[in-house]
Amino acid sequence: MPGLRSLLPVIVFTLLYAALSLSVSNSYYQLVLTLVPVWAVFGLSWNLLSGYTGLISFGHAAFFGIGAYAVALGQIYFDLSPWILIPVAAMLGGLAGLLIGFPTFRLQGHYFALAMLAYPLAILYVFEWLGFQEITLPIKRDNPIAYMQFGDPRIYTLLALAMMLGTILLTLRIESSRFGMALRAIKQNEAAAEAAGINTLAWKLRAIVLSGAIAGAIGGFYAVVLLVVTPQSVFGMLVSAQALTVAMFGGVGTVWGPVIGSVILIPLAETLNAEAGSFLPGIQGVIFGLAIICVILVAPEGLFWKFRDFWRKRSAPHAAVTTGLPDLPLPGLPLTAADPAPPARPRPERSQMADDVVLEVRNLSRAFGGLKAVRDVGFKLRRNEILGIIGPNGAGKTTVFNLLNGFLRPDQGEILIDGRNMSGRKPHEICETGIGRTFQIMRPFLRMSIADNVVVGAYIRTRTDAEARQLAAEAVAQVGLSDISGRIAGELTTKELRLMELARALAGQPRILLLDETLAGLGHDEANEVVAVIQRLASDGMTIAIIEHTMQAMVRLVDSFLVLDHGAVIVEGEPEVVTRDSRVIEAYLGKKWVAHAPH
Amino acid sequence: MTQALEGFLQALTAGLLIGAIYGLMCVGLGLIFGVMRVINFAHGDFMMLGMYAAFYLFTALGIQTTFGNAVGPFVAILLAGPVLAVFGYAVHLALISRVSGTRSSSLEGDGHYAQLILTLGIALILQNGGLIVFGSVLASIRTPLSSSAWELGPYFDISVFINKARGIDAIVSFVTMALLTLLITRSRVGKSLRAAADNPTAATYMGIDVDRAHRVAFALGTGITAIAGGLLATNYPFHPFVGVEYVIVMYAGVVLGGMGSIIGAFWGGMTIGLVQQMSTLVLPTQLQNAAIFVVFLLIIFFRPQGFFGRMVERT
Repeated sequence: MPGLRSLLPVIVFTLLYAALSLSVSNSYYQLVLTLVPVWAVFGLSWNLLSGYTGLISFGHAAFFGIGAYAVALGQIYFDLSPWILIPVAAMLGGLAGLLIGFPTFRLQGHYFALAMLAYPLAILYVFEWLGFQEITLPIKRDNPIAYMQFGDPRIYTLLALAMMLGTILLTLRIESSRFGMALRAIKQNEAAAEAAGINTLAWKLRAIVLSGAIAGAIGGFYAVVLLVVTPQSVFGMLVSAQALTVAMFGGVGTVWGPVIGSVILIPLAETLNAEAGSFLPGIQGVIFGLAIICVILVAPEGLFWKFRDFWRKRSAPHAAVTTGLPDLPLPGLPLTAADPAPPARPRPERSQMADDVVLEVRNLSRAFGGLKAVRDVGFKLRRNEILGIIGPNGAGKTTVFNLLNGFLRPDQGEILIDGRNMSGRKPHEICETGIGRTFQIMRPFLRMSIADNVVVGAYIRTRTDAEARQLAAEAVAQVGLSDISGRIAGELTTKELRLMELARALAGQPRILLLDETLAGLGHDEANEVVAVIQRLASDGMTIAIIEHTMQAMVRLVDSFLVLDHGAVIVEGEPEVVTRDSRVIEAYLGKKWVAHAPH
Repeated sequence: MTQALEGFLQALTAGLLIGAIYGLMCVGLGLIFGVMRVINFAHGDFMMLGMYAAFYLFTALGIQTTFGNAVGPFVAILLAGPVLAVFGYAVHLALISRVSGTRSSSLEGDGHYAQLILTLGIALILQNGGLIVFGSVLASIRTPLSSSAWELGPYFDISVFINKARGIDAIVSFVTMALLTLLITRSRVGKSLRAAADNPTAATYMGIDVDRAHRVAFALGTGITAIAGGLLATNYPFHPFVGVEYVIVMYAGVVLGGMGSIIGAFWGGMTIGLVQQMSTLVLPTQLQNAAIFVVFLLIIFFRPQGFFGRMVERT
């Protein structure tokens, strides 16, 4: 729950705004005062989906328009009051969100944005064709209040303000919960969020349903305020653009963004229209456009972030200098340059557990077009084993991991986790069964702190956010990053990022870890530090499959090797045997080196 | 039966003719979208400017008196291309380049937010500025060819009529397309464009100025679409807000053809033209555009890489 500190500015702002609107008697200005919170709410609804998840919606007019038409048509045909119809509009908006979101979330980036653009415009033509060119809400003189038709326009402003307050509080609540955290993780790296156990589709659907519901409700209210609904005025591209503009102008991904944007832009546009519209018909559009362009060139993420950065720089000039923190030695692990080769760990119980297979892969195959990236791969991973997967570039190592953790669907084959076939399941489901992974090309949530990065991985095992924090803190301690857990991922070194990814995988309490080139890009000493962490995990009972190129590190670390070449297993066995195998040498170095190999 | 067949053939012809113009329109956008990966909201409005440029070149700058009513419009239309290309070049230089290309990596979401809102702002200025400058009266580039037709047939009692202006439009469009294809595949500029589109980072290492390549693509794309707009204006009256109506058609065509494929964008636009005209056989006219959107959505869902595109993602 957001604390009092974040609520205070919201309440103060609302009260000031209410006081201002009560003091205005001119009905035109009062209308402008009503429209500001209306567009702010619409912007907030857009922000809830697009600001936090990064999936840009051009089509929010679809929800807005459905709400507006629901209220207008409901009153005309069923004689229902907006007091009932606005909640109905919210439900319809939410439903539309579900119907639109479910197919559209399969799309990424630009495709998503463009698909969203098409929905309201398609609906627009359908409504025109149905003959709803211009719908006027019937005036109810006998019972105005029951039909939300007030003689005093100030009441509309207060109602709009109440809706805005409600939406702000809801957004703040979401921001600080795992809902908001999941959305932000999706925005920064969807694949990593999915691999960390976040059911990305479910969270995105929740976001679009909620966003659609808010947009539907405010669209319905808009119809009540203006009393006239036309397809262009509620489904048109400018309506979607308005939501996006107020939010982006004010600041993306913050509750204040749409509010700031609306407070500045709406009165500006309306006033210009009223003052100069008669002799310069498009002047407000021109000024509006100019204002947007100027802001984007000066503050591409919106005013809020610009001011916040400015403020932070002023109030904390020293904070920025302390980035070069000394690398603290890992607690309990006295690793220095004088101790370059960690000793092979004692693993006494291995032979007793030899038959305890936790992961079995059978006949796994996957082709990309004509390229058979993985062919009939099969292996067993026993409890507490460290399996090294090696092979030349392009051998299919990472593809095997992507098949194992669900990024790719196998063409055929079985992946048995504790005897259950998980082949073809989604990454977050596989994560839930106890498989964590890291990435060759690191996928941190760059704008989040280490602690926040890791907590995303903990949600899958916890019910409350406090528990998740606890688990995350433990995982961060396990890799030795506790002292710097407040730092933003974007300013970490490669080693720290690798360890952070490891901690994110650990936070989901996996039984099996898939590590994809965890040592890549590290210096000798750094690699040793990471190796030490991995060894400690193994001695605590973790089962690990690791892809790696550095043979020296691998030979010390692993219990057995799986060698891939051209997508198929060529050798499997203990390190001593595998490194002498002529097929392995051939695959790595070429045929002529086989003769030089010690036999 | 004969009548139904005749109606079908006539719709098919109309679809192919309008499709040729849509194709060219889409190529202009496809070039920008493919090379820069920037969603340019203002592209429809650049086309609107192209229409007005052709209109004023024709009526006010003496082309009408020099070349006459039949040839004049097409001279003006072809001249509008370079005019708008210069405009596009300037817009990119002054505005778009600040939030795209090599400067975008430092921005949130690779600068997508900033690009969107920037082009939205440009669109607003062009539309409303157009309203102030050009007025809201419908304009059109009339030629006597617009109201006469060639008759094919009758074969077996069936005749197909080809509007002369539209017929020439289609030819101009195909020729422009062919020249552009030559430019892209053969010239040095074309190669740098393709390199910048394929892998901007690698292109930079190879000594290609990616931002400059983007600027050239933006100018070229704007010019091409302006020509398409001019061609369209020989048959359809226009106004300052006309761009919004076509921007969806353009994106539908580009996505349909496959992002990054120039020739694909042309066939994509052609398909959209056909869908639009053929849909009138079964749907009420008002739903013509709804049909385009439905086709657009179906394509995005079932073949997002388009006819000619490909998609690769690495983990």
